[in-house]
Amino acid sequence: MYAWTLILLLLALMALAYHFGRRRAVAGAGGVAQIKTLHSLPAYYGLYAALWAGIPAVLLMGLWIGAQDQIITSLVTASLPTELVEGQSAGRVGLLVNDIKNLATGNIVSTSVTPEIQAAADQYLRLERLSDRAMWLAVLALAVGGMAFAWRRTEPRMRARNRVESIVMVIMIVFSSIAIMTTLGIVLSVLFESLLFFQRVSPLEFFFGVDWSPQIALRADQVGASGAFGAVPLFSGTLMVSVIAMLVAVPIGLMSAIYLSEYAPRNVRAVAKPVIEVLAGIPTVVYGFFAALTVAPLVRDLGAAIGLEVASESALAAGMVMGIMIIPFVSSLSDDVINAVPQSMRDGSYALGATQSETIRRVIVPAALPGIVGGILLAVSRAIGETMIVVMAAGLAANLTANPLDSVTTVTVQIVTLLTGDQEFDSAKTLAAFALGLTLFLVTLTLNVIALSIVRKYREQYE
Amino acid sequence: MSNEAVSGPGAPPRRAIDVVNASLKRRYAKERRFRFMGATAVGLGLAFVVLLFADIIGKGYTAFQQTYVRLPVTLTEDILDPAGTRDPQTLAMANYMAPIRKTLREMYPEVTARRDLRRLYSMISVGAPQLVRERVMADPGLIGTTQELWLLADDDIDMLMKGHIDRDAPEGDRRVKDDMLLWVDRLLGQDRIEKRFNTIFFTHGTSREPELAGIAGALMGSFYTLALALVLSFPIGVGAAIYLEEFAPKNRWTDLIEVNINNLAAVPSIVFGLLGLAVFIGFFGVPRSTPLVAALVLTLMTLPTIIIASRAALKSVPPSIREAALGVGASPLQTQFHHVLPLAMPGMLTGTIIGMAQALGETAPLLMIGMIAFIVDVPGGFTDPSTVLPVQIFLWADSPERGFVERTSAAIMVLLGFLFLMNLAAVLLRRRFERRW
Repeated sequence: MYAWTLILLLLALMALAYHFGRRRAVAGAGGVAQIKTLHSLPAYYGLYAALWAGIPAVLLMGLWIGAQDQIITSLVTASLPTELVEGQSAGRVGLLVNDIKNLATGNIVSTSVTPEIQAAADQYLRLERLSDRAMWLAVLALAVGGMAFAWRRTEPRMRARNRVESIVMVIMIVFSSIAIMTTLGIVLSVLFESLLFFQRVSPLEFFFGVDWSPQIALRADQVGASGAFGAVPLFSGTLMVSVIAMLVAVPIGLMSAIYLSEYAPRNVRAVAKPVIEVLAGIPTVVYGFFAALTVAPLVRDLGAAIGLEVASESALAAGMVMGIMIIPFVSSLSDDVINAVPQSMRDGSYALGATQSETIRRVIVPAALPGIVGGILLAVSRAIGETMIVVMAAGLAANLTANPLDSVTTVTVQIVTLLTGDQEFDSAKTLAAFALGLTLFLVTLTLNVIALSIVRKYREQYE
Repeated sequence: MSNEAVSGPGAPPRRAIDVVNASLKRRYAKERRFRFMGATAVGLGLAFVVLLFADIIGKGYTAFQQTYVRLPVTLTEDILDPAGTRDPQTLAMANYMAPIRKTLREMYPEVTARRDLRRLYSMISVGAPQLVRERVMADPGLIGTTQELWLLADDDIDMLMKGHIDRDAPEGDRRVKDDMLLWVDRLLGQDRIEKRFNTIFFTHGTSREPELAGIAGALMGSFYTLALALVLSFPIGVGAAIYLEEFAPKNRWTDLIEVNINNLAAVPSIVFGLLGLAVFIGFFGVPRSTPLVAALVLTLMTLPTIIIASRAALKSVPPSIREAALGVGASPLQTQFHHVLPLAMPGMLTGTIIGMAQALGETAPLLMIGMIAFIVDVPGGFTDPSTVLPVQIFLWADSPERGFVERTSAAIMVLLGFLFLMNLAAVLLRRRFERRW
């Protein structure tokens, strides 16, 4: 909470700096009447001072908060009595330190509190408080220092506007590289953990094994203690759910796009198009609820009525609902590309005597095909990465089956199940989730790159 | 088809028009079929929308009411405050369930067996005593008197009153047994049972008991998360858009950023959860389960949407505006911030609202960063452990009690209501400020 107060205080200091910087510039010019002797507008001198007061202080604060925890933890660990640390594995010491932190913050502690641990927790608290105070002092001092620096440099001939503008420019460049850094962060974090995983489980077993049971052993001599990490059942499950989804979404989406752009009267289109697009705005958790509580029981009852055995968490129910979710993606992307087909092509076809449906099937759809395929590929990537529907409506059992009435599990479901609950970063179980995430990321990335390049090429063709 | 059918006797040899005419019927039938298929597809799409909403609303509208039971409770001094000191400490710790149970025993003297008594007591929610306590704490004078109190009913009774439990089902399949039905019917006959507007749903955090579960905690969590995500993503998105659209030189690096942003928009949301877990929680040590870490993840997730929308808005501002500003001596940045940005702002805001609506409905990445924890307290800041509305929906959907089904649906209705409002704001903004040049 203290950090927020400090941020507010910094903002106040920046406002103050703006005011003083501006006033000094005007005074330096010899009053408001002489303002035109200044190089820049007075506001830029104020901004210059405010930026000097704010930016270094904020950077220092970010660094401090980032490093504080690590430093204090290592200090506390170093100060632990040797008999507690001596001969213990790194994991044990980590648990101990965790306990100390929990004790310090008033959480539940897993072991009994010995005087040594209590002392360490007290020291932790003391160091934290000390660090907090020091940070306040350092950050505020830096802010005031920056302010003073800008104040001294402010004089009528200083090129305040150019300086402020180049700072703003740098900030904007940093902002636009955040997108790159996000991708880099995704790749690096997922790749790093996956490599750790592949040190324990060979990639061959992961990508081609057909047995998935990622439990971790409670005891070393337990049956099946190693766990099995063959991801083929997950891939096949993902594939099946996606295929079912596409079987629902592509015909309905494509046909409604064709109908709405070629046949429907203007007023029907004006109503139907946004209503169908409502489907795209509904959160996936809502679809998951719908799939689990309405569609899945319905499918099971229907199956029972005609004598079929349907699992209560069937791939069919999850896939169908996912298909409903994807309809608007297919329909609005297809709608765009169909509308982009030049009218002259339609006119040419009508002039030859083709009916409207013949024109659509023989001329418009072939012309729009690359765009439609691109749209469908984007929809496939969406289906593969979709999480909530399958988490709520598909099962957990990794069955390798081709029967859509069976329960299957998907890559995303397993990532969620592996990562919610207990969290130890070095168990094969959590690392497996990152390996699955890497696979998911690479597959969807490939699909997206292909789809986007197809769509772009197609657009250029008719523009 | 035969030639005779087309050409009459003595007609000249077959002409193209005859072939065409002969095929027309078939082709028109095909045309009608195709058209019908199109109309069916649109109809199906619309039907799914209606079905989805009807299902959710049909399941959830009853959750806005809650059953209460009126009992004449004698707040005996011996039980609540044996010392008679009216010390707030004693009053806070007192057993308020005891007088309620005593009243029930007096009302149903025929119930004596231990098991039956336990079921009799279970008609009143375990949360009812707390509400009685609040009243007594506010007015200690109530002690020693007999008050007609409206007590919160248990969720089984609530479900029965709302007709979600079939009275005619075999007793073994019912959570409410036959004798409980009789007890409830007697209360009904005495006008002692009533459904009222469910304020608990909007003022309480979550709970294991459906009748005590509310969305206040999740709503506040969503509010803090979205507020922070907005503060972070709007300036970053707009700044990036201005740079990329107006200043960036055309080179490999900016091309890479372009491709990157388009791809990031299509990366599965769960991957952002992995990023948040590994980088924000694992590396930077941001506390898990907090609006802070959720906002960071959602910021990265919504940035592509905001950047793409903002660039489109900038693109739609005609170059003449820029040229005029540059022509009278404005610097490039002044041109952007004083002239182009205000004109592009409605489009940027629309994109931002749509991005925030996405963020509000997002669930999967938040499961990874610990927003799934069971948190009863309403969060009071950015670093308090909390959950958000969609995750709350996910958690409730997993609960087996029948009472949670309607509460889940009601929470979905609230979520959809907020999304509707946000999208409406976006549409209105676009209508009101959109300029065609």
